[in-house]
Amino acid sequence: MTAWLLPLGIGIAFGAALERAGLGDARKLTGQFYLRDLTVFKVMFSAIVTAMLGLFWLSYAGWIDLNAIAMPETYLRPQIAGGLVFGAGFALAGLCPGTSCVAAASGRGDGVAVAAGLFTGVLLTGLAFPRFLDFYDSDARGAWTLPALFHVPPGVVVFAVVVVALAGFAAAERIERRAS
Amino acid sequence: MKYSDPYLAGIALGLVLLGAFVFAGRGLGASGAFAATASGTVAAVAPGYATANPYFERYLSRPGGPWRNWLLIEIIGVAIGGFVSAALARRLTLGVERGRGVAIPARLAMAFGGGGVMGAGAVLARGCTSGQALTGGALLSVGSWAFMISAFAAGYVVAPVLKRTWR
Repeated sequence: MTAWLLPLGIGIAFGAALERAGLGDARKLTGQFYLRDLTVFKVMFSAIVTAMLGLFWLSYAGWIDLNAIAMPETYLRPQIAGGLVFGAGFALAGLCPGTSCVAAASGRGDGVAVAAGLFTGVLLTGLAFPRFLDFYDSDARGAWTLPALFHVPPGVVVFAVVVVALAGFAAAERIERRAS
Repeated sequence: MKYSDPYLAGIALGLVLLGAFVFAGRGLGASGAFAATASGTVAAVAPGYATANPYFERYLSRPGGPWRNWLLIEIIGVAIGGFVSAALARRLTLGVERGRGVAIPARLAMAFGGGGVMGAGAVLARGCTSGQALTGGALLSVGSWAFMISAFAAGYVVAPVLKRTWR
């Protein structure tokens, strides 16, 4: 009945946050790749740090159960390969899947073209899927996390991500000052 | 109107992601909506073939089918949210974002081609910048961080070739 209200509401907030940040604009987005405008990095890492710290403290306080949250499973080699292909397409398109929808909704023809390309790409890759099913399911590592990878408590990784993000923000400000 | 401060916008985005984790038990996504749409389309044209294909079948067999997919409803919300936010800031404009070095048809061809390549990558990686980088990144998933690092590495390798198109 009203099961669609939650994803719709979350989507509206998601789209509005991306639009406010200026990420519906491919010129602004590609500034990341030419070190002109590092908004993509700043927005992504502020968001990751905010959500990560929220989850960490809410679960530390016992208010949420982390096991109730769907954890992505790692298929290391296919995900690295997919990331390389995705990144090449990202630089060419100037928008990613989520931001292409924001670009299209704010009246940009390039956003519509990226979304149409995505649909076509997923469709064609889906048609070819049986041929690379073995690779797709290879190198399965389950719900593997960075704390498990480095054999440290989650708090140590959370702290390290915050430190790396803050150092990255300082570097991003310096790079942008130099570029302007 | 000027865009918001990137750190404030990022914190707002992080709170949306945290809200999705807490209230929906899952993170954000985008490419999954395209996968659901593609699955539904293939099923409408060739139902027998679609259910025999292991990729499309997964989207067809979920409760509600491909057209009531969680991420598809979410992405409709993204478009509404993007539209309303742009309208309130008086940023709605019909046009094509491009550099001076490239004509509109060429820019649209690059956008379509780049979208196609991203679609292939997102299938292989099981997600995109939303479902893997943001969501899996905040959940400290190894595969998501590997995706994020390799995606940006490839972006930085390919981008210099395209530099003049963005001038």
